[in-house]
Amino acid sequence: MSIVDVRTPDPKRFIPGATGDWEVIIGMEVHAQVLSNSKLFSGASTEFGNAPNANVSLVDAAMPGMLPVINEECVKQAVRTGLGLKATINKRSIFDRKNYFYPDLPQGYQISQFKDPIVGEGKIIISIGPDRQGQFEDVEIGIERLHLEQDAGKSMHDQHPSMSYVDLNRSGVALMEIVSKPDMRSSDEAKAYMTKLRSIVRYLGTCDGNMDEGSMRADVNVSVRRPGEAFGTRCEIKNVNSIRFIGQAIEYEARRQIGILEDGGVIDQETRLFDPNKGETRSMRSKEDAHDYRYFPDPDLLPLEFDDAFVEALKADLPELPDDKKERFVRDLGLSVYDASVLVSEKSIADYFEAVAEGRDGKIAANWVINDLLGALNKAGKAIEETPVSPAQLGGIIDLIKAETISGKIAKDLFEIIWNEGGDPAEIVESRGMKQVTDTGAIEKAVDEIIAANPDQVAKVQAKPSLAGWFVGQVMKATGGKANPQAVQALVKAKLGIEE
Amino acid sequence: MSVDLATVKRVARLARIAVSEEEAERMMGELNGILGFVEQLSEVNVDGVEPMTSVTPMEMKKRTDAVTDGSKADDIVANAPNSDRNFFLVPKVVE
Repeated sequence: MSIVDVRTPDPKRFIPGATGDWEVIIGMEVHAQVLSNSKLFSGASTEFGNAPNANVSLVDAAMPGMLPVINEECVKQAVRTGLGLKATINKRSIFDRKNYFYPDLPQGYQISQFKDPIVGEGKIIISIGPDRQGQFEDVEIGIERLHLEQDAGKSMHDQHPSMSYVDLNRSGVALMEIVSKPDMRSSDEAKAYMTKLRSIVRYLGTCDGNMDEGSMRADVNVSVRRPGEAFGTRCEIKNVNSIRFIGQAIEYEARRQIGILEDGGVIDQETRLFDPNKGETRSMRSKEDAHDYRYFPDPDLLPLEFDDAFVEALKADLPELPDDKKERFVRDLGLSVYDASVLVSEKSIADYFEAVAEGRDGKIAANWVINDLLGALNKAGKAIEETPVSPAQLGGIIDLIKAETISGKIAKDLFEIIWNEGGDPAEIVESRGMKQVTDTGAIEKAVDEIIAANPDQVAKVQAKPSLAGWFVGQVMKATGGKANPQAVQALVKAKLGIEE
Repeated sequence: MSVDLATVKRVARLARIAVSEEEAERMMGELNGILGFVEQLSEVNVDGVEPMTSVTPMEMKKRTDAVTDGSKADDIVANAPNSDRNFFLVPKVVE
């Protein structure tokens, strides 16, 4: 792999040291568990959380004489992901053995792809911002490759004083290792990259993106340099399992390296672990031979080959991806880039929004989904999947505003009632008397009463017409917010003799 | 290409094979004999020849994505020297 620096140093991203500015260089290897029913080379289940060694076939346990047979769906998932990353699809790829010794690797090697991966170079566009002017900066991050490989089993070290417990349920589950180019220049970019990658695989349905269950984890390569100089020596932070930790690990590691260099030291190329409790990285004192994997082509497996028709069929079935969706929301629905970005960030949010916007004004729907629904979900610590207000209910509220049955203010109350109690918006408005008063007679009566009761204000408003708003407020209050605000405004102005 | 004694010992350690000093000496001789024999292949001009990863002129067989195996944890751990509640037990390994 030839490393090319595609970025121009940007002072906004520099990290100040004691002796001047530094630039951090980040590349990532993300392991994403392929969504499939069975494993990459066996018919055992991939289901999470089953009893120890329940999801294990004799192939996964590496019993003598067992041979791997590839799961075609895993191949398709890797190709779909490659297409989502706008990457080259290699119609011929090779499986290699990566040899190392560990108790949760019964074969003594991991079947992986070394020289000829299934997917080659691609790219991801990340969006950084908004800045103080509300602007976003799009940055292209190169993808070096994506390859298929087996996951290892799981060891537990806390069950016994002198023994480790090994469960092979995960052994042989398909992983996609997605390797970026060293194109990121800040922890924010690295977090945005991981967020975007997770969003893409979720849209594609190729990985559930669930970092808590280990479905996605990142090895983060970090080095620092003086802006414009050659790349420095990197350290690899292994197995970081949350987006927040990725940011923390990079911030810590960059400053650790800057400290060493400013004191005249040198960086040892090494593997490190991030400790979320202490917020720091520390060296994994691994053996000197840890990286001598002695790769060679797996003689149990033929080359993986497919034709253009195979790729084209998968391409034709690809869902709309976040970037395309965002562009469509801006172009066809007139949403701001910011609103569109928020809505497409998660497929489930985009799906919810599209259900609400169907046959309604896109901008109004976006405002309700972003400000009211996402705001309330955030406050309640709920995910969109757990929303108490369905798209149909929120759509119903918007319809009632449009039909001028309720005012915007009452609509907020109605939203809260449905959030807490559920129910049909129109029925609630009917049964609880929340309808907007459009009967001019009733509004007129209220206006007359307020004017009669406040001669002082009436006198003032003649000198300062902008005070008319005070009367509008009083009338709204007197009618319990149910009067049509436009009607009230018109009547107040007419009665007080204020010109429009 | 030839290997020295240190390389022989390192490869043995990576493969978790115990070799005595005496055996390592002998293996170094044997391995260098084999490597020397294979070395003759480099005399052949292979410019523009794709590396061969398989000798079989057939396509790789593929499986459909169905769960057809598993649910036999008792069998899986049956030969293990030590197990507990269907976990394999191994001497403690912690990084």
